[in-house]
Amino acid sequence: MKLKKVLALAMAAAMTGCFFAGCNTTDNGGGSDNSGGGASSTSAGDNGDGENAGGGSVYWLNFKPEADETLQAIAKKYKEEKNVDVKVLTAASGTYDQQLSAEMEKSDAPTLFVVGNPAKAKQWSSYTLDLKDTAVAKELNTDEYNIYDGDKLAAIGYCYECYGIIVNPTLVEQAGHKVDDIKNFETLKTVVEDIHSRASELGFDAFTSCDMDGDSSWRFTGHMANLEYYYEEKEAGSTWTEAPATITGKYLPNFKNLYDLCINNSLTDPKDLATGGHDPANEFKEGKAAFTVQGSWEYSSYAEKVPDAKMIPYYCGVDGEEKAGLNCGTENCWAVNAKASEENQKATLDFMYWCVTDQSASEMLVEAFGIMPFKQAVESTNGFLKDAAALEANGNYVMDWATNYQPNVDEYRKALVSALNAYCADQSEANWDQVKAAFVDGWATQYAAANAG
Amino acid sequence: MPAVFYPVLVKEMIILAEDKIPTMDEPVDVSEDVAEEEVEIKETFLQKLSRFYWGKNRSSPLTKPLRKWFLLFIGPVTAAFIIGFVWPFVQGIYLSMCKFQLIQDAEFVGFKNYISAFSDASFMRSFWYTALFAIVSLILINVLAFAVAYVLTLGIKGSNLFRTVFFMPNLIGGIVLGYIWSMIFDGILSHFGTSIVQDSTWGFWGLIILMCWQQIGYMMIIYVAGLNAIPEDMLEAAKIDGASGWQSLWRVTIPNMMPSITICTFLSLTNGFKLFDQNLALTNGLPVVMEGGVGISQTEMLALNIYNTFYGSNMSARGTAQAKAVIFFVLVAAIGLAQLAYTRKKEVQQ
Repeated sequence: MKLKKVLALAMAAAMTGCFFAGCNTTDNGGGSDNSGGGASSTSAGDNGDGENAGGGSVYWLNFKPEADETLQAIAKKYKEEKNVDVKVLTAASGTYDQQLSAEMEKSDAPTLFVVGNPAKAKQWSSYTLDLKDTAVAKELNTDEYNIYDGDKLAAIGYCYECYGIIVNPTLVEQAGHKVDDIKNFETLKTVVEDIHSRASELGFDAFTSCDMDGDSSWRFTGHMANLEYYYEEKEAGSTWTEAPATITGKYLPNFKNLYDLCINNSLTDPKDLATGGHDPANEFKEGKAAFTVQGSWEYSSYAEKVPDAKMIPYYCGVDGEEKAGLNCGTENCWAVNAKASEENQKATLDFMYWCVTDQSASEMLVEAFGIMPFKQAVESTNGFLKDAAALEANGNYVMDWATNYQPNVDEYRKALVSALNAYCADQSEANWDQVKAAFVDGWATQYAAANAG
Repeated sequence: MPAVFYPVLVKEMIILAEDKIPTMDEPVDVSEDVAEEEVEIKETFLQKLSRFYWGKNRSSPLTKPLRKWFLLFIGPVTAAFIIGFVWPFVQGIYLSMCKFQLIQDAEFVGFKNYISAFSDASFMRSFWYTALFAIVSLILINVLAFAVAYVLTLGIKGSNLFRTVFFMPNLIGGIVLGYIWSMIFDGILSHFGTSIVQDSTWGFWGLIILMCWQQIGYMMIIYVAGLNAIPEDMLEAAKIDGASGWQSLWRVTIPNMMPSITICTFLSLTNGFKLFDQNLALTNGLPVVMEGGVGISQTEMLALNIYNTFYGSNMSARGTAQAKAVIFFVLVAAIGLAQLAYTRKKEVQQ
């Protein structure tokens, strides 16, 4: 009987426990009760209109899981130096948008968040503070990566990246070719097809697996698709400042050139790409393939194994592509929550300023993010970004990230992946027409859906 | 639904407590009386509520302390129920008539969301797809579960081991199952140059196989219990009267099993309609086929369609997703209740 009583009591306790668990919020020092008004930051630079005596705090919702460790270290360092609390929360891969909406509902909402593209800036319009004339904006050395929402500077591109074709020069030379000889699609094709045809003899193949599952498919539907948008944009003579309602798909055959070259000359049979499950990054690092398509953010891990890895442009058979450069742009754009309290906004702006001016902080950030386009930020050691800069210095055109304008990006890319899967399984004209429909018609319908009412 | 149970529970608590009340000390009762007066004057609402809960007994001196304290007992549960279910539900219905990105910015737009939900081709497709899936899985799961239960109650060796093994898939979460099975299917289908995300036929049957594998064990347990509850003498009488095995199955066993069948069909039908995790992990709606410029996910069921609408890139469609969710609730509730009412009629009294 006694046992029964104890059990009943335990049940009651568990039930009440569940009930009150919901009340347990307001931790994380998000309020104004931290830092006790002590040595608060006054590093606001030229907008230093008074001290941060209010003791605001910073809450950064980060979208790059791979940068989490660095950002936590930065937060700790800032707390030590300026005695201001910085909370960094990193959304799990692919869940940033959900996390952002969920966090924004809370009373303790992020003060600093990431807005990846103009469409997102529009969506979050009432939440983005105009960053024009802030100390951190004045530190920028280019306006190219910023996102405007009308006249408002909605988000500051705090770093930029590049993507293209990554080459292992040693392997290319082993096959009797030279990376410097690759100047356009024709020369790329010759080298790639030669390596693929002699793969068993050489012991390595041309391209790594072009998996179309999960994140790997972004390399094609996000990155490589950019060449189509970019050349359309280039032909029209001006860079997009907002998503066009329709695209023509005029350069889709060029996308097909490069895509076909990748899937048909790789370690994996095109039929097996939909399922995925390969590891393209490791294939490249282990020297199983001479080429892969990826971005500069992978530099440090690639360079560990292939120190002389080099990035070359997406050669796809467009006229004059000998002068092509890499695809440079960013989705890393800081926005400050316009609905945060004034002291938190100020603390956040101070923190941003510190990130791009403090020597050691910017060193850590540059290591994690790539080039930071700020006057006082340290130079990047990223080899791929150096390749991008060298090409640009040589007079080659930079391909901007027009891909950032993809309307309803998840839905758009999902349809594209599906169509490409069918095409990989059977490379027929009919299947390519499906790709074309997803690429061009899909753009129009998704644009209409995104902009309806 | 659970709301109905609380008053019942409270009544039971009172009946239990009543037995013990005579042992209480007298002084307590006196002080209660004084307090009682005040309560009666001030709190007519409580009075009404207490009358609602135990009607005629209200004047009994034995229930006085309980009448005073009953809110303490039902309060937490009721509050939790309201906070966790009623309030979100009401808010959900309100939001289905709003345009919103964040809940705090909701702006009332009337039935516009419902119109766009019904005119969404992907939603209508996922509705029919779900209905087909629910019916096929309902039939397969129940027939197979019944068959397995029947075999395992014949007294063959190792019945308990079989029951345990068949039940086990239930202990694995839907997401994990989805990924495991997608590997199994792809392992097989890759030999034929296709994969589960490329062909909607495979996607459909893959999901059916997965669900059968997971649910048959669970339904089997319910059927085993039902089979064991059939009075032996009835079967024996049937046998003596010369009924064949088949006849006694249809005329004796199944009519006596109707309560189990009611529960199992209810569970598998609503499970079929509500299915989400397995759908997300196995195919995530792939393949997408372009139909008139619109990409339609071929294996996307209702719940996943709602989820994808809400959490997709198009944040302006959140109101539509909310409207879909309300439609979904009404649909599942209506189907569930209709099915319950129908099978209940077939139940026999033992």
